Amino acid sequence: MNEQNQPSAEVVPTGTSDADAVRLDQGHIHGEGGYPEAFENPGLPPHTPRLTDIDEAAAKRAERQIAGLFTLSIIGSILFLVGYFTFGVDARNWFPGVGVMSTTHLLLGAGLALGLLGIGLGVLHWSRTLMPGEEIVESRHHLASSDEQRAELADTFVKGVEGSQINRRPLIKYSLGGALGLVSLPILVQLVGSLGPLPKDDLYVSAWSGLPDENGKRTFSAPRLVLDPENRPIKASDVTIGSVFHVQPEGLLDLHDHVLEEKGKSSVIVMRLDPGDFADNDLGRKARDWGHDGIVAYSKICTHVGCPVGLYEQTTHHLLCPCHQSTFDVTQDCKVIFGPAKRPLPQLKITVDDEGYLIAAQPFMEPVGPSFWERD
Amino acid sequence: MSTTASTPRPADRLREADQPAPRQVDGLTAWIDDRTGAAPGIKYLMKKVFPDHWSFMIGEVALFSMLIALLTGVFLTFWFDPSMAHTVYNGSYVPLQGVEMSRAYASALDISFDIKGGLLIRQLHHWAALLFIVSLNVHMFRVFFTGAFRKPRELNWVLGTVLSLLAIVEGFAGYSLPDDLLSGTGLRAMQGFTITTPVIGSYLVYFIFGGTFPGTDIMPRLYSVHILLIPALLLGLAIAHVVLVMVHKHTQYPGPGKTEKNVVGYPVLPIYAAKQTGFFFTVFGILTLISTFFTINAIWVHGPYDPNATTAGAQPDWYMGFADGALRLLPGWLELDLGSFTLSLNVMLGALVLLPLVFIIQGAYPFLEAWVTGDKREHHLLDRPRNAPVRTGLGAAALTAYGILMFTTSNDIMAIKLHLSINDITRTYQVLIFVLPPLVFWAVKRICISLQRADREKVLHGRETSRLMQSAEGGFSELHEPLNEYDRWHYVSYEPTYPLLEGETGSDTPGVAGSGRKVSKARAAFSRFYFQDSINPVTPAELEAAHHDHETHEVIEASAEPREQIEAAEKH
Amino acid sequence: MKALTSRRHPAALVLLLLIGLLITGSVYAALAPKQATAANGSASQIEDGRKLFESNCSTCHGVQATGTPDGPSLVGVGAAAVDFQVGTGRMPMVAPGPQAPRIKTEMFDQDQIDAMAAYVASLAPGPSSPTADQIDASKGDAGKGGELFRVNCAMCHSSAGAGGALTRGKYAPGLKNVEPKHIYEAMQTGPQSMPVFNDNNITPDEKRDIIAYVQQTQEHASTGGQSLGGYGPVPEGMFAWIFGMGLMVAAAVWAASRAN
Repeated sequence: MNEQNQPSAEVVPTGTSDADAVRLDQGHIHGEGGYPEAFENPGLPPHTPRLTDIDEAAAKRAERQIAGLFTLSIIGSILFLVGYFTFGVDARNWFPGVGVMSTTHLLLGAGLALGLLGIGLGVLHWSRTLMPGEEIVESRHHLASSDEQRAELADTFVKGVEGSQINRRPLIKYSLGGALGLVSLPILVQLVGSLGPLPKDDLYVSAWSGLPDENGKRTFSAPRLVLDPENRPIKASDVTIGSVFHVQPEGLLDLHDHVLEEKGKSSVIVMRLDPGDFADNDLGRKARDWGHDGIVAYSKICTHVGCPVGLYEQTTHHLLCPCHQSTFDVTQDCKVIFGPAKRPLPQLKITVDDEGYLIAAQPFMEPVGPSFWERD
Repeated sequence: MSTTASTPRPADRLREADQPAPRQVDGLTAWIDDRTGAAPGIKYLMKKVFPDHWSFMIGEVALFSMLIALLTGVFLTFWFDPSMAHTVYNGSYVPLQGVEMSRAYASALDISFDIKGGLLIRQLHHWAALLFIVSLNVHMFRVFFTGAFRKPRELNWVLGTVLSLLAIVEGFAGYSLPDDLLSGTGLRAMQGFTITTPVIGSYLVYFIFGGTFPGTDIMPRLYSVHILLIPALLLGLAIAHVVLVMVHKHTQYPGPGKTEKNVVGYPVLPIYAAKQTGFFFTVFGILTLISTFFTINAIWVHGPYDPNATTAGAQPDWYMGFADGALRLLPGWLELDLGSFTLSLNVMLGALVLLPLVFIIQGAYPFLEAWVTGDKREHHLLDRPRNAPVRTGLGAAALTAYGILMFTTSNDIMAIKLHLSINDITRTYQVLIFVLPPLVFWAVKRICISLQRADREKVLHGRETSRLMQSAEGGFSELHEPLNEYDRWHYVSYEPTYPLLEGETGSDTPGVAGSGRKVSKARAAFSRFYFQDSINPVTPAELEAAHHDHETHEVIEASAEPREQIEAAEKH
Repeated sequence: MKALTSRRHPAALVLLLLIGLLITGSVYAALAPKQATAANGSASQIEDGRKLFESNCSTCHGVQATGTPDGPSLVGVGAAAVDFQVGTGRMPMVAPGPQAPRIKTEMFDQDQIDAMAAYVASLAPGPSSPTADQIDASKGDAGKGGELFRVNCAMCHSSAGAGGALTRGKYAPGLKNVEPKHIYEAMQTGPQSMPVFNDNNITPDEKRDIIAYVQQTQEHASTGGQSLGGYGPVPEGMFAWIFGMGLMVAAAVWAASRAN
């Protein structure tokens, strides 16, 4: 094997004694002769046998260890089976460090783990101790084929193309190109065309614009704000300062279908602030004016990527989104004061009806939720 | 080197009982060969040699975890119903009884509470998926930092990159399937960042979800992607990946007796076959152990998805963390108002640009490095990471950037666990993402160079023996014991490197195949960046010089730096 | 509830005992005269409370409990707020900070807390502590409570009740091992950053449903093994990297090592 591992074995005298400058990597020259440019590969170190190769007792011990591990595996599998057939799926037990856990989960898992690990570790130990321990050298061959073989392959392609006459018959070439180009369209069009409807105005309307009738038309009807999930209307007097109510438009929670689709656009959070807490600027005044007596309603769908912005800090009047930490200041019309969102949360203009219940004065005036290309 | 031990060993006695077996095998091999002619091929494969090193088994952890996820996934399909149809839960989990939910979520709860062992299979599936992507990454680090991606293995590196991308897409689809509050929130975010695609965003979203979010189409669609499309691709590519490993023969670490022209290791039969089988069972066993004692994704605590509800600590699984972290770091002012259009760079850059970009850079790296170094030779001996300081530094810097993004994703968990302000954490990361990677690059490169110097020191002056010697003058000095040739080989077996010079032809440069082509200015600059500080191995001449100059402890370094001066001097 | 009955460990007994004690305590607290109508605590109790208040609370909240720059006015916060803040060890606040943390403390016994509560309740009407019936989790509907919890509570306290971060160092605390009484009072009074959930928003019955849900989910937290704190994918990912990959590498190192 020595002839394989000496890429630069031959001693090449480098540098001469009268050189002006010696390349440092070529070494120092000491009077007579040079040194090889690099060290030689000394070859594989001598093999040392393992204890199990020379000592009968050690080999026997290894054999017993391996068999012991396989026996553990058998015990594990039996544990699994016993666990499966003895306990009901409802059984629970306490386990140290974990707490109350499912008994079948514990026994099945521990049994299977033991069953697998016993085999795995046993076989590994077997290969380490008793199977041949001497390394073998296999030689590598250059991956690339010979130049002739490569040329032959290229020839084959050239001849194949020639044989087809495609280059001499442009009519075939171009018509085939066109046909191939077009034939993908039917498949693509079927897929893309049938996957879903066009958005049309769907991103601009919500259940606050009215629930869709049979024709999908929505008519605004100043819906009451109802608590989600209790479906109770809210009186303005119910909303005390520091409160937060999570609401939907009346009627939505009575739907049988498309409840989640509507909720995804119409979820609104209602808070009451001391009217004096609103910022004394255009934003603060607009927020207060669109509310009722300090009660304001904002879309809960984050303008970043659409998580529900529900974390209201009643002391700071900040709304925080739990997904990416966009923070909105309620006193300034939910302007973004921190985080990755850009646009403020859309405000829902509210008022009260004759009975004192909170109602929407108008639908959302802009699309709720994340930005998209064609919105203004 | 002999292939079989010549002296009988005690262990052989265990195989004595096997002796009659080969005679029976004759019939079987003949039967197969009659019908396939595969006898020589199979024999060749069974005798194939693989080098032994623990770091070579990380790839197997990934492969086996993937197979375990496939196996447990098949089990789960027998009970899981990917339907968004409404149902009222009446299974045995009390806190959700009477709650309206989708069939998908209800069946996922049934798997967890009403099917014996179902929870174990579900957790095994999820832990195997996480470990698959973890080990796939660690495997990639190993390949990167040892330079195993170099010719002829670039193609396999690209395959691996595609596999890692597919793995996280597969993971995300699986994460979304149970339709609990957490996975629904993940889908909501997915809808939210997809819709920011310029021009076609809203159409794209309506096609994917079959209308308004969430709709009823997304679950069945994700399901067929998750159990059919991507697993088929993953399996096919993984097989191609392994076949290429066999075609190339495995790389090996440098060491005595190991060359570019050989493989030193153990044959498939019996050793590698046993090791692989044993290791498969071990990996499976470890995953089962984890799945037994550690809950993963307790879907029952989250409840069914509701667009009006969410949970604090809403995170994706770790492998999507870097993209989610980028979403948390990007400032809002990056959303641009272009008249009647909106370009949400604050979302797009993190979600739609970063993800493909990471994988493109990753896939392209072997080609970039080969271009910079001009190295067109095959490499089967690995680099020790310290012997490629710039590559190691670049890798560490990339990992740092990735790590910062990944940790940003847990900023809210960090805030409560470390009692910090989430705002401060986010601001800090916004700075660190720019500052830390270059710093890490510099530090890691310097560390590599220091280690190389220490190696040279060891070769030139031997190993410290911690024995003191008193000289005739009364001074003390530590005895140094020269290295034997096997030990020395570990420190000197790498190749010296030099930057390419502008206009340099390859022929007179070690390690560069000559094409006579002019090397562009930029390429020379990159090459300098790569190699100008490299420390080259001790040469026999240097060792000899060190022996002669026992007094001086100055080590003469074969740095590439003075080379131009030398060449300039030679021209005179 | 079969799940619970089949539990046989002695820890269950301890837990039951604790719950029993807790309920007894609550019943006692509820039956004590000052609780039903908080403003009507006996004169001597109010006097005791005033003394305790002056020596322990007045530095920040003012001698008349009308507030100072260091602490808000307590006029009208009611007995429930005092019982929550002092009972959970948040008050008296140990050190200034963005938020008063929950501390296990033996500083005041329930009588003293009740006395302070009676004193504060006597200043102006406010919410009183819940009756034993209002916090009896066994009478609550956990399914309904869960729906309310997910919309009203989970975004801050997390669906597992593990807690979550708010802005600038504030946080929503975890709900594990919090007494039902204190959960009820927190909803009623909106301590610190938390909003108020008055009885028109979440009715007393619904509050009991939420308490039932919070308790029952805790019982199922470790069905499939250690819950890793209930923080979701972050600890799971860390666990996979450190512990999972650590085991795998250890196995690989052993498998590839040469036996002696």
